[in-house]
Amino acid sequence: MLEQYLSILVNSIFIENIALSVFLGMCTFIAISKKIEAAIGLGIAVIVVIGITVPLNNLIYTYVLKEGALAWLGYPEVSLEFVGLISYIGIIAAVVQILEMFLDKYVPVLYNALGVFLPLITVNCAILGASLFMVEKSLAFGESVVYGLGAGIGWALAIAMLAGIREKLKYSDIPEGLQGLGITFITVGLMSFGFMSFGGISL
Amino acid sequence: MSKASEVLFAPLFKDNPIALQVLGICSALAVTSKLYPTLIMCVALTATITLSSFFISLIRNFIPNNIRIIVQMTIISSLVIIVDQLLKAYDYETSKTLSVFVGLIITNCIVMGRAEAYAMQNGPAMSALDGFGNGLGYSLILIIVGSIRELIGSGQLLGYQILQMTTEGGWYIPNNFFLLPPASFLIIGLFIWALRSWKKEQVEVPEFSMKQNAPKEIKVEHA
Repeated sequence: MLEQYLSILVNSIFIENIALSVFLGMCTFIAISKKIEAAIGLGIAVIVVIGITVPLNNLIYTYVLKEGALAWLGYPEVSLEFVGLISYIGIIAAVVQILEMFLDKYVPVLYNALGVFLPLITVNCAILGASLFMVEKSLAFGESVVYGLGAGIGWALAIAMLAGIREKLKYSDIPEGLQGLGITFITVGLMSFGFMSFGGISL
Repeated sequence: MSKASEVLFAPLFKDNPIALQVLGICSALAVTSKLYPTLIMCVALTATITLSSFFISLIRNFIPNNIRIIVQMTIISSLVIIVDQLLKAYDYETSKTLSVFVGLIITNCIVMGRAEAYAMQNGPAMSALDGFGNGLGYSLILIIVGSIRELIGSGQLLGYQILQMTTEGGWYIPNNFFLLPPASFLIIGLFIWALRSWKKEQVEVPEFSMKQNAPKEIKVEHA
């Protein structure tokens, strides 16, 4: 049992790293990775939000949307899977909003650190992507908790590493047209190669 | 008329959503290993962004400012659901290849970005044009990346053999590297380089520049 969870965790952090193997959340990944502090702040915010929304969407999927899930209401043959997308994004937007208000009221220190990043996260495709992958892999509730955490940690790890590289990179002598965005793309490409080497590992 | 053509064509090279604004690159990387799914993805995104800009612009004066993101999200995700269902109905194979990436059009920053930056301030016709133009700008990059990857990676275009492979008695040894996802990063990076060598004004100013004739080693005087 524990082994299975551990395997999902390692798989989602390294082997199927959501930023460097599946390329999700790339817009914020490239836009907010100039400073290492900002990158870590955003990374933590992503871990928190993914860790909450993936299990929540798992519950929604299992008890409301899946074919036959409404049997407890007396509609065993109804399948609401086609409204999946809109419900997941609704859940994510609501969680982000509630989290923002909650942090503002009770944990102002954390709110000041994460505050600016939270609204950004609603439109981060890593969050929605993790929920969609969770449905596609048909994970159980316990597995989805582990998968959510792992996906978030993997993304945070990747953005922190990229920010570290970019902080060094700004002192280097780069050809004119490649400065800024161009070299960042190539850097991410090379990092992604590095992560491909985890591909053969099976637990 | 000139304003309309400006709105429509500026996103192609001058203000490309992927190469300059860094929006919507997630799908640009993941779906481009073959040209056919790439084309489907371009059509899906362009249709979504045109319609979403149009509808959001229609009701822009009735959307309360503090819940506008949710309203935009709802409109966009309804459109994406329609696209997703159509694709599943008429081209099930491709919808399997694209897997979650059709759903991820919802969070594609180009769609949200254009809704927020253009459709909330402009009329429906111009917004639809702007959406269409940005869809074209996105498609341009995706098609270029998709063609390069499929041609070099497997010697084919849209499934037709262009370069004869050695396994079938030809001369071309396919470079499998281009089928791997990281290759698209390198291709987009080099494309940005080419674009910026052509349009100099897009070059970013570096924070620190190298001094001319700087000494290779700095000698430290020891006391």
